[in-house]
Amino acid sequence: MAERVLMKGNEAIAEAAIRAGCRHYFGYPITPQTEVAAYMAKRLPKIEGGVFLQAESEIASINMVYGAAAAGFRVMTSSSSPGISLKSEGLSYIAGSDIPAFVVNIQRGGPGLGGIQPSQSDYFQATKGGGHGDYRMIVLAPASVQEMASLTVKGFNLADKYLMTAMILADGTIGQMMEPITFEDVQVEIYDKPWALSGTKMQRKHNIVNSLYLKSDELEQKNFERYERYKIVEENEVLYEAYRMEDAEICVVAFGIASRVAKNAVAAARKEGVKVGLIRPITLWPFPSKALRQAADQVKSFVCVELNMGQMIEDVRLAAECTRPVSLCNRAGGMIPSPGQVLESIRKAQKGEM
Amino acid sequence: MKTTQILIAGFGGQGILFAGKFLAYKGLLEDLQVSWLPSYGPEMRGGTANCNVILSDDPVGSPIITDPDVLIAMNLPSLQKYVDAVVPGGQIYVDSTLISEKVERGDVQVYYIPATQMANDAGVPTLANMVMMGHVLKNNPELTFEGTEATVSKLVPPKKAQLVELNMKALQAGRDYQG
Repeated sequence: MAERVLMKGNEAIAEAAIRAGCRHYFGYPITPQTEVAAYMAKRLPKIEGGVFLQAESEIASINMVYGAAAAGFRVMTSSSSPGISLKSEGLSYIAGSDIPAFVVNIQRGGPGLGGIQPSQSDYFQATKGGGHGDYRMIVLAPASVQEMASLTVKGFNLADKYLMTAMILADGTIGQMMEPITFEDVQVEIYDKPWALSGTKMQRKHNIVNSLYLKSDELEQKNFERYERYKIVEENEVLYEAYRMEDAEICVVAFGIASRVAKNAVAAARKEGVKVGLIRPITLWPFPSKALRQAADQVKSFVCVELNMGQMIEDVRLAAECTRPVSLCNRAGGMIPSPGQVLESIRKAQKGEM
Repeated sequence: MKTTQILIAGFGGQGILFAGKFLAYKGLLEDLQVSWLPSYGPEMRGGTANCNVILSDDPVGSPIITDPDVLIAMNLPSLQKYVDAVVPGGQIYVDSTLISEKVERGDVQVYYIPATQMANDAGVPTLANMVMMGHVLKNNPELTFEGTEATVSKLVPPKKAQLVELNMKALQAGRDYQG
């Protein structure tokens, strides 16, 4: 077995990105993700072709990502909630240009400048858009330091495969905590990038990377093609974990740090004899709607645990198609529900009180 | 199956996070599952800092500790804040140089260690945290004192190897303290 080392979640992202072939990092510091940038600042200049650049702003850094991605490089930026809002214009342009990028959001409480404690209140922003126009990002929600690394590698692979942005949507807790981690199963997939602005060498026509289409029919066609690609992602790339769902009558749904708390509560409820399980979406987009629809045929009700005012719960309701009640167990603003609070919600669901 | 939830709390600058890292690495080297979660608020030197360490035979669920099995309090506000959260049968370690109050609970094991004074006396005035850790190891058989030097070596940068010896000195003082 490869050696287990202790690493912060943020550092695990940075190390995994380097191992995935990322040689370009552009960012602007913000708590609680600063360790990603700090790690890159230390490592990238020592690696051949490595570029670390602290830009003058978030807006500048996302556009540097746009440029390096257009040139065919594996490139990333990282930030926390207010910074991602600033980057959202660039994310829309990158989506409109159909090029791969990798972005990390270590969420903190909002809206506005909010606070610096952990939150999941950027779920809507990440899964429903954020920037303008019809587009999607692949949104990956790690629940451990090991997954911070493995989903980073996966994110780079998927971004290149589907020519879209992959985002890690984590929170301050997973970013700041240390857990043992190994890097033994890093599998880097390499994709040709014939579209990249890598120099024609006088041997091919110029490539153009652009998101401006003034002819409506042409722009419509671009959107149609993009959504055909998204459909393939939805069919092939859904990830989730089912925990103790075999005989479950209540299904808890939670991602990221909330799922860790929920797991404790599920274990405690099981000890009380409550038949409860957990579905943890790992990809928030594409969302595991089929798995939840199937769970709806089995369980009496759902309990959605989130660090926000209730965002993923809308997707759970859509997935369950109103066949089962869905209740919310939440804290916001940087607070985290205790296992006891989740357990209480499970007990209520068991009694049919919603 | 055993899970130990350890909460270390005190002033920023007392090495709270470092002490937690020490326990996490100790667990790691003993093949336990571990998690380490720092407070990362706008604390500065002199503000409050705390650190959640979980050592377990099984994968760690939530890394956030609400009911610690072990509390290590390095200042009075930390003791006051967390004393009632400790589970019955748990352990509380108090730096009695800095905290003169006594714990008024009969259902927990309390250890008073004049760690700051002992660290001063041992010539390692910044390592009261590790004096406390030495005493924690003594009272928690699943974390033997064996392999402590290897653990400290993991935490200290190679360029500062002389710190291994100083940390060991503090740890040994804590281990040998007869309260």
